[in-house]
Amino acid sequence: MAEDLVRVTELGLYCQAGDFYIDPWRSVNRALITHGHSDHARSGSAAYLANTNSKGILRLRLGDEAKIETVDYGVPIVIKDATVSFHPAGHILGSSQIRIEHKGQICVVSGDYKTQKDPSCQPIEPVACHTFITESTFGLPIYRFPSPEIIAAEVNEWWQANAKAGKISILYAYSLGKAQRLLMSVNPDIGPIYTHGAVEALNAVYRGCGVKLPPTTYAGDVRKEDIERNALVVAPPNAQDSLWSRKFGKTSEAFASGWMRVRGARRRRSLDRGFVMSDHADWQGLTETIAATGAERVLVTHGYTPPLVRYLTDLGIDAHALETAFKGEEGDDKSEAVALSEAAKADADSMPQSADDKHVDQNSGGES
Amino acid sequence: MKAFVELYQNIDRTTKTGEKSQALVNYFNQVSSSDASWAVFFLTGRKLRRLAPTALLKQLTIDLTGLPQWLFQECYDNVGDLAETMALLLPEVSEGSLDVDLTEFVESYLLVLRNLDDSATAAHLVDTWSKLSLDQKFIFNKLITGGFRVGVSQQMVTKALATVSGIDANVVAHRMMGNWEPSAQWYEQLIAQETADAMASTPYPFYLAYPIQEEVDTLGDIADFQIEWKWDGIRAQIIKRDGQVFIWSRGEELISERFPEIMTAASRLPNGTVLDGEILAWSEGDVLPFALLQQRIGRKTVGKKLLSEVPCIFMAYDIMELAGQDIRQNSMSDRREKLLSVLMPGQCDVAPSCRGTLSEHLRISGELQANTWEELAAIRLDSRKLKVEGLMLKRRDSVYGVGRKRGDWWKWKINPLSMDAVLVYAQRGHGRRASLYSDYTFAVWQEGKLVPIAKAYSGLTDEEMKSVDDYVRKNTLEKFGPVRTVKPGLVFEIAFEGIQNSPRHKSGIAVRFPRISRLRPDKPIEEADTLDQLRGMLEVYGK
Repeated sequence: MAEDLVRVTELGLYCQAGDFYIDPWRSVNRALITHGHSDHARSGSAAYLANTNSKGILRLRLGDEAKIETVDYGVPIVIKDATVSFHPAGHILGSSQIRIEHKGQICVVSGDYKTQKDPSCQPIEPVACHTFITESTFGLPIYRFPSPEIIAAEVNEWWQANAKAGKISILYAYSLGKAQRLLMSVNPDIGPIYTHGAVEALNAVYRGCGVKLPPTTYAGDVRKEDIERNALVVAPPNAQDSLWSRKFGKTSEAFASGWMRVRGARRRRSLDRGFVMSDHADWQGLTETIAATGAERVLVTHGYTPPLVRYLTDLGIDAHALETAFKGEEGDDKSEAVALSEAAKADADSMPQSADDKHVDQNSGGES
Repeated sequence: MKAFVELYQNIDRTTKTGEKSQALVNYFNQVSSSDASWAVFFLTGRKLRRLAPTALLKQLTIDLTGLPQWLFQECYDNVGDLAETMALLLPEVSEGSLDVDLTEFVESYLLVLRNLDDSATAAHLVDTWSKLSLDQKFIFNKLITGGFRVGVSQQMVTKALATVSGIDANVVAHRMMGNWEPSAQWYEQLIAQETADAMASTPYPFYLAYPIQEEVDTLGDIADFQIEWKWDGIRAQIIKRDGQVFIWSRGEELISERFPEIMTAASRLPNGTVLDGEILAWSEGDVLPFALLQQRIGRKTVGKKLLSEVPCIFMAYDIMELAGQDIRQNSMSDRREKLLSVLMPGQCDVAPSCRGTLSEHLRISGELQANTWEELAAIRLDSRKLKVEGLMLKRRDSVYGVGRKRGDWWKWKINPLSMDAVLVYAQRGHGRRASLYSDYTFAVWQEGKLVPIAKAYSGLTDEEMKSVDDYVRKNTLEKFGPVRTVKPGLVFEIAFEGIQNSPRHKSGIAVRFPRISRLRPDKPIEEADTLDQLRGMLEVYGK
């Protein structure tokens, strides 16, 4: 087989035919961006190209100076010797698979994707190709996600029960994508919805793109004594255990993530609830999408790479691991945590400290 | 089953003890006595044995999912719990259709397996799985494969039952000990109001000491305390009632047959006697290394050779029952007098660890004499030499309580030994730590090479564990199944209780109770300890 259209270099995924990079991890001349999460959209490159709906997100992430061009889904553009088009990946608003064609060879870089329904973004459209570059965040068959309707019902039930008990419900979720998806699936009749600053900033961007989110209030604008006890608070995961969350008094805390499928991961977080909801494909989503592309060659990145490669190889597919700097393994939201720590810090600084420290007596004694 | 699944969910979802207790109380109030008895059985860690072979369960899951064997194993390594792995992989049904009570579930879906051959068992399992929701499958699999531990302690169950029945928690704890079969009748006896029901074999709950965390002189006047060595063996209880002898371990295991010499000795005790003490391997007035005692623990039946090589004694600490009367509410000093009168009729002056006159296999843990805390601190320094763990301080006016309570009984352990060792292998943990590399093997230097010396997995905060996990992932040299060989780079301080010769270990040394006391990011790996340094420790403490 000829050389791949896209290969990994020190700077990132590189397409020689078009002389551009996809989601580069260093500064380059031309960067094509699959979506706005911080491990895919990094600042410092000279020019960016992304889907139209990503623009607001990228502007927030990359700053006012960044040169950002956009293109609609499905519109082919020629970059040097390559023809490039963006196709929905169903991951978050504006998320794209990038299709590259050169001399009859087609390669699709999927970025992150999911197959579940999500009212906050366009659903994935599998693209026929020769080579497919796939993520593998949840590349084990234990990851099988319940339907979003079931999870939405669970979240509402939890919120309702807390509201009745006078407990604030704090729901931790990625501030970009997951938060908005959840906001669209909860029942806003239960109570008011407060948001962390990082979430509220992205809500504004989503609303600007015409996504119909329910009304939300930036938590920083609510005085402690005005907090309503039946409220839902949506915050990024790194706000857990921070000063930020203390202001709410008696709470029930939950985390929405695909990792919550496994009991150990739920328990390690020391939360009251874990909701199994992810913007990544589960095992079935991964294998079905890969099959739908008809690709004979599959390059697997970030996640449970070795088992997925081995599984595809057993199916007769030319599968290999591709080392990238994208995050995904163990999913402790490290990438988000780093990107958001500034925002969280700013928020925490503006909060009055509360005296009721949550010290837990961990004395378990000896063995005698 | 529905109520039991809800109970599991309510317990599992919260981290707050109060909410767990409330969930237990609600459950016991709501279900039949028979269901409640089974719930107590499972929640206190009791197991139904011989239901279905694990290999069969695995194979069935593989067949039903169509997954290759290696991928099943990969999933198991990540989840860290077989029952959960199978539940997550098996085909899902949208709504569990099985709505039977817990008793019927146990009888018709679990116990029935004992009478089936392999192919009938397989058919039964496949059929059952097809009727169960994810959580039901998890619970079903847990009950088949053994341990059902869901984050409640025996004490929490006891307290919930006390709340439900209005009976003292100590009485409930007492009634729950020993061997019993779940039934409506058993549960009704458990929460029955009258208390004169102790079966002959039923032990008392052990009373446990609290570790001293402040300076010892904050405890007050030393004269108020009865002071003994803290012996390092198996804490045990001897019961002599109605002509029968029972020996219980602290883990509530009946271990009578493993210690025939103690059984024989105890048969000379008067009827209606219950003693608390420690089983020790003992020869010629001296305690033998714990490793030898372990050989005795490991055997259900003991051969003549082992009996003569590793003779065991019972070192008595306390007496809870005399002439059939529960005397736990009597003072320590009164119980001590009674203990002496039982084990050494006619004598009362007792030297440390003296021999009883009844039998050489029943000894009395002697009182240590010290006039000041300073004097006692000096005595404590002999602990390691005498192969004891330190000192026990018991208030002379203390009752024999239940569980671990702060205030009356204290253990003043010697500081552990420690070494600085280098992380060389890492393995994923189980349960809460599955998917984190949390089980480590450490090595020390010998002629420029690192020799494995100890395995340890506790003692790190979640945050530290994550950072080590991160290091392991970025510095893996090789993978063998779930184990990764790690590039040497992290030094840990490892605390341990004892050190012994061990031809079975490559290093020739075995350490006892190793655990991580802290990370030493300040230490370059070259400065970790050497095997020679440990051999030095062995000379001093291990002989």
